[in-house]
Amino acid sequence: MKTIIYLLQKEFRQIFRDKSIMAIILVVPVMQLIILPLAANYEVRNINLSIVDHDHSSYSRQLISKITASGYFRLRDYSNSYQEAFKSIESDRSDLILEIPYGFEKTLVSESEDKLFIAVNAINGAKANLGGAYLNNIIRQYNMDVRLQWITPPRINPMPIVTVSSSNWFNPYLNYRLFMVPGILAFLVTMVGGYLCALNIVREKEIGTIEQINVTPIKKHHFILGKLIPFWIIGLVVFTLGMLVSYLVYGIVPAGSLLLLYGFIAVYLLAVLGFGLLISTFCETQQQAMFIAFFFVMIFILMGGLFTSIDSMPGWGKAIASLNPVSYMIDVMRMVVLKGSGFADISGHLLKVVCFAVVLNGWAILNYRKTS
Amino acid sequence: MKQFFTFVRKEFYHVLRDRKTLLVLFGLPIVQILIFGFALTNEVKNARVMVLDEAHDGASQELIAEVDASRYFEVDRNIRSAGEIEKTFKEGAVKIAIVIPQGFQGALLHENQGNIQVIADATDPNTATTLTNYLTGIVMDYQDRVNQGAQLPYRIVPEMRMLYNPQLKGVHNFVPGVMALVLMLVCVMMTAISIVREKESGTMEVLLVSPFKPILVILSKAMPYLILSLVNVTTIILLSIFVLDLPVNGSVVLLFAESTLFIITCLAIGLLISVRAKTQQTAMLISMMGMMLPTILFSGFMFPIENMPKVLQYISNIVPSKWFYIIVKSIMIKGLGFQSIWKESCILFGIALFMTVVSLKNFKIRLA
Repeated sequence: MKTIIYLLQKEFRQIFRDKSIMAIILVVPVMQLIILPLAANYEVRNINLSIVDHDHSSYSRQLISKITASGYFRLRDYSNSYQEAFKSIESDRSDLILEIPYGFEKTLVSESEDKLFIAVNAINGAKANLGGAYLNNIIRQYNMDVRLQWITPPRINPMPIVTVSSSNWFNPYLNYRLFMVPGILAFLVTMVGGYLCALNIVREKEIGTIEQINVTPIKKHHFILGKLIPFWIIGLVVFTLGMLVSYLVYGIVPAGSLLLLYGFIAVYLLAVLGFGLLISTFCETQQQAMFIAFFFVMIFILMGGLFTSIDSMPGWGKAIASLNPVSYMIDVMRMVVLKGSGFADISGHLLKVVCFAVVLNGWAILNYRKTS
Repeated sequence: MKQFFTFVRKEFYHVLRDRKTLLVLFGLPIVQILIFGFALTNEVKNARVMVLDEAHDGASQELIAEVDASRYFEVDRNIRSAGEIEKTFKEGAVKIAIVIPQGFQGALLHENQGNIQVIADATDPNTATTLTNYLTGIVMDYQDRVNQGAQLPYRIVPEMRMLYNPQLKGVHNFVPGVMALVLMLVCVMMTAISIVREKESGTMEVLLVSPFKPILVILSKAMPYLILSLVNVTTIILLSIFVLDLPVNGSVVLLFAESTLFIITCLAIGLLISVRAKTQQTAMLISMMGMMLPTILFSGFMFPIENMPKVLQYISNIVPSKWFYIIVKSIMIKGLGFQSIWKESCILFGIALFMTVVSLKNFKIRLA
């Protein structure tokens, strides 16, 4: 016990002495938590629209003003031909072309049907999909308005109609930041804990001070614990800082129990730190540790459901995601903070993270050799 | 000249010796392309839906069967009370619920009006919107079937075409982004760290006192990374052609020329960082925070720039990878020629020139 206390003293001194580490702990998470959610806004709004209006009728004008009034679209330019509008797409000035054919109003009235041509720049598939759906909705509504001008609606619908009313729970205003902030916080804690821990031991190896520890009677598990505990505390500090920032800046208060969150993150940090330790036992230089940690963290984050949902991944993607501790953390953060899920809801996640913690740390201890 | 090649060879030994880092450098683009190409989609497939059927009549059964049969949804469970919806949402696996009220069929057939409620777990707003849209679409199809194809008068039929990417795949957005990211990683980080390491271990001093010109020391340091990066660009292009079925629509030569320009910019930035930093950790920190993060944030491949606050949009203009991303996207996917991207190329060239001049000016032949 006494040995560990001395080791902890040594580690904390080293950490507090190093300004760059202090910057990683204090400044970087706060900065990222403020900038990232501002940037990671996948709301589809401000879709730039080019209009080719061959008709110039009152109907076409009504339709256009209806589209621009919706708030989703921004009118970029009127073109005389499709080719001209296509140039705007090529130069990224606009995302969507709406072409209204010649005689649109007349054909619609006389033949009871007419077409509109829409071309979407689909390089960004998700945006194109939602943008197209919005435009279709607006056109459908406008269609109903037109119909009402010509037919007086009977008291009872002439044919069966199903009305769908939809509601959005937990996030009624569809605020994207509510969704991103807890996820980003999970990612930050992972980054800070994993990197610092991985780099720390390797640094001792590179400088050569690890030899001095190896020749002392300090036991393997003492040494590993001495490395784990400081970063575990730092991880919790970063998390607390992050929760404060998300409350002060975004007004996010966890709907669920704070105690539950802390309990989960305490276990999760052990898993992450174990992973960092494992990397450090495999590497000789900081450069190696850095790149290998970066490689895995990148995969963890991408496959963790931070940006795209795990549900839409193919089978092998889901399999990798289930071996990815970060995905459990992100999921739990969102469940507890946004929906107020309780212990019973996350107990499955907790069990898996405990397994990760045990396996990764055990492996790291086995792999750490006092003699080279 | 011979001296120069000897130095380049020395640098190559340095790089090739470190197998683990090398593995990451070549593995990263491959893994990223595979992940981005196959795992990350926004496509909805077999989303689980829960059903609260209070009607229990022919029409409601039919509608539920229709939802289950579509490729977007599968009915996960039938629930009995509205209270269960919240409970199930909290467990997290099911993200949408459909509620069919009592007497649905009767209302639909006699009053010609049926009402259905769709409740989405909107913690993820985009998924919620997409799921609701698809579910509404299925109900509309059902309605058309009930009407047996009788058409409403005065119909406006929108005909939609998806340009460049008709299947709405994610790769079109990601491949150019991965390219920018990997080049940034190899050139900026590797260069910065490896020069600082020579400083840290003291071998830089040895190099600088040799009769070899200091500027050539730096140039020879940059050579292996230039070649590594070009290899990576080639890998990414080959992978995207043969694995992702995403051909290069424009000129390959132009693509390589622009990549080289971007690589030179990155090397200059890496050099600048190495001149400033004293320890490897500082160099890593600066290149992570100063270059990697802005690349991921502001190049526009992960985060939509047009949704950002104005201040961030202005900042994004000084990030070289943003311009490179636009260039690659134009050449690879849109198949445009140089006349459409000369503006972006000029900006990139300007940044490259500026960075090179600044970093060479800052480079000191004395260490202390």
